[in-house]
This record gives sequence, structure tokens and C-alpha cells, in this order.
Amino acid sequence: MTGHHLAQINIGRLIGPLDDPRLAGFVALLEPVNALADSSDGFVWRYRSEGLPDATTERPFGPDLLLNFSVWESPDALWEFTYRSGHLDVLRRRRDWFANLTEAYAALWWIPAGHIPTVAEAGERLRLLRENGPTPAAFTFRDRFPAPGPTEATLSS
Amino acid sequence: MTESGISAVGALADPLRRALYEHIASQGSEVSRAEAARATGAARNLVGFHLDKLVEAGLLDVALRKVSGRDGPGSGRPAKLYRRADRQLSVHLPPRDYETAAHLMAAAVERHGADTALYASAREEGVRRGRALPAESGRAAVADAAAYLAAHGYEPAADPAEDPAGNRAGDTPGDPVPPAEIRLRNCPFHTLATAFPPLACGMNLELIRGLFEGAGITDATARMDAAPGRCCVLVSPTGGPSKTKNIDME
Repeated sequence: MTGHHLAQINIGRLIGPLDDPRLAGFVALLEPVNALADSSDGFVWRYRSEGLPDATTERPFGPDLLLNFSVWESPDALWEFTYRSGHLDVLRRRRDWFANLTEAYAALWWIPAGHIPTVAEAGERLRLLRENGPTPAAFTFRDRFPAPGPTEATLSS
Repeated sequence: MTESGISAVGALADPLRRALYEHIASQGSEVSRAEAARATGAARNLVGFHLDKLVEAGLLDVALRKVSGRDGPGSGRPAKLYRRADRQLSVHLPPRDYETAAHLMAAAVERHGADTALYASAREEGVRRGRALPAESGRAAVADAAAYLAAHGYEPAADPAEDPAGNRAGDTPGDPVPPAEIRLRNCPFHTLATAFPPLACGMNLELIRGLFEGAGITDATARMDAAPGRCCVLVSPTGGPSKTKNIDME
């Protein structure tokens, strides 16, 4: 067990409002795919609105920008859920529901285990990735950075 | 092409080595020297010699394991178990680098958000390939589909899911029940699928769907069923019950 977890933010521009019939397929998948994430190995935390099962009513980055914001034990755990589970088929169909974003839309960064990141923090990491490209502060699956060295707490345990 | 690539291909020139390699590649699990000797009808010592040559060439991986599954005194000497190496081998003479081209093009498709254009192209190519082979009659649809996939660079295998007695569909010789589902043991686009999973897997799916469409196979359906360590595409009888857990997307 390392002293760090991996946080991820990704945003998507919807092709219409959530009650648009073209998005019915996506809306129907929210519950099962969120349940799949929650039960995946290495899942730690997922951002959601207070008292609601997901964060689809939150639009901190723009009126048509959905966010997907979560914490995982490792990049491999996140990779396995993202690309080696039923979630892959959602990604395969992303262009049915989401417009193409020309700027970076997904960022990864390391957090101390136990820390719950804020939306402001996630927005800042996305901004860093867009401005500087992949760095240890904000990176991508294709250009990963290792977790920071073990903390004192993990050395003494 | 690299020196090690030339050696690896050279190692397969021997007919027995080729037969051994093909046998081991077709097994989903590790194969012992004795099993390989049985499968090829060659002497065990000779088989052992050739298996080690295939390991040297990087075509097979070998592990020492106690076959009995027990440890400690009395559990027997560990045996050498062979399986196909993960390493990818490409041979192009004269040298070509379509792999880099594929990765660059995938990056461009992703950057432009042109996923659906790629899927449409894959579907059309699949139909073209499927039409080139007339359907054989008198076979179960899924078995038919397996034959087509095998003819197009895939390695179809009956779903290794076991029944409660531990038997696998198609294990028993003369088993009258055809496999209900087919998984693909290899991913023909492996490195691309690792770097661009949704794009490469979506392309693969449409290629297979097109192949069935072009060949007139309507009784088998391909869909996504991604899980660790295997191809993301699953082929099952159209409308048939599925025993795999999957989120129904369509």
C-alpha cells in the first residue's frame, strides 16, 4: 500500500440537454456504469452531488460540460476499469453523446491517500495540463508519472 | 526487422517446431513437455530440445512449476511449462513500419473526434472481406463464425467458462454441444488497442460485425465484453441467452 492515490478528472461536452432523446442511451447507462466503478478493484471515491447518485446536475466548468471526477488506488486500477470493463463500450460510443473537445479533457494527478480532492483542485489540474502538457502535477495515461516517494507515515508503518 | 526477429522466424522453419508452436499457441493455458509430445506424436526428448529452441528464440515463455499444485517435500520435481510469449513479432521485408503509421493515424482520429468515421470504414472493410468467402452450409452458426474469424487472423476459442463440474464446452471429444460463445484469444491490434482502447476495440468490433454481415452469418452476434487479459469482442448466438455479465448497450 503506497501513501498516494491517483485522482482523475475528465470533462465532456454534451450534444444536448440530458433529457434530449439522443442522450437517452447515455442516461440509461449512468446507474449501472457508476455501480460498476464503485465495485471495481482499487476504486476509492467518486464525486457526486449531495444526496444524489451522480454529479450530472453539477456544471462547474460550463453549462454543457459534464464532469467525471474520482480517486483510485493506482493508475492500473483506473485503467482496468476504464478500458477493461463494461465501461469500454461507453467510451466506444462517446461520439454518440459528446462533442469533440480540442483541448485536453482528462487529467491525472497524485494525492496523499485519504485526501478528498475538491472541484477547484480538479479544475486547476486540468488547467495545468492544458498550459504545460503532461508534468508530475497533471498528466495522462499516455504520459504517466510515478507516485511521489513514500511519506514519513508510510515509512514508519 | 531486428536480428532477433529474423532468428525467431528462422526457428519456425523446422516443421516439428512449427507444430509445437502452433499447438501451444492454440492452448489457452500452459503446456508441459509430455503434453506437447503427445499432441505432436514426437519423442519427449526431441520435443524438449525443440521447445527450448523456441524459448531461446523468444517465441515461447517457460515457467518451472509443480504440476501437482502441491508444495513441499513429496510434491515432486517442478516441471517446465510452456506458453506463447507476449512479445510481438513483426517481419517485413523490405523493412516497413505500418505500426507507427497506425498509431499516428489513431492519434489523429482521436484528436479530430472521428471515431464514427473509423468504425464505418472498418464495417465496410469487414463486409468486403466477408463477401469474399462464401458461407459453408450445415454447420452451427457460431462454429461457422469461428471458421471465418480463424481465416482472418483471429484465434477463436470456445469461451473457457466452466460448468459446475469443471468441464469446458467442447472439451470432450465428440461433444455434440457446440460452444455457445467464442472469445478471441489474440487481439490482432494489440499494441494499438493498448494505446487507443476505445478506438481500436471499436474498430475491431465493426470489422467483425462487417465480416459476419458480408458472409451472411446472421445467427452469431459480436459485441463488446471487455475484461482483463483478453480481447474485448465476444461472439454469441443471436438472441441467445448470455451467461456473461455485461451491461446491455444496444
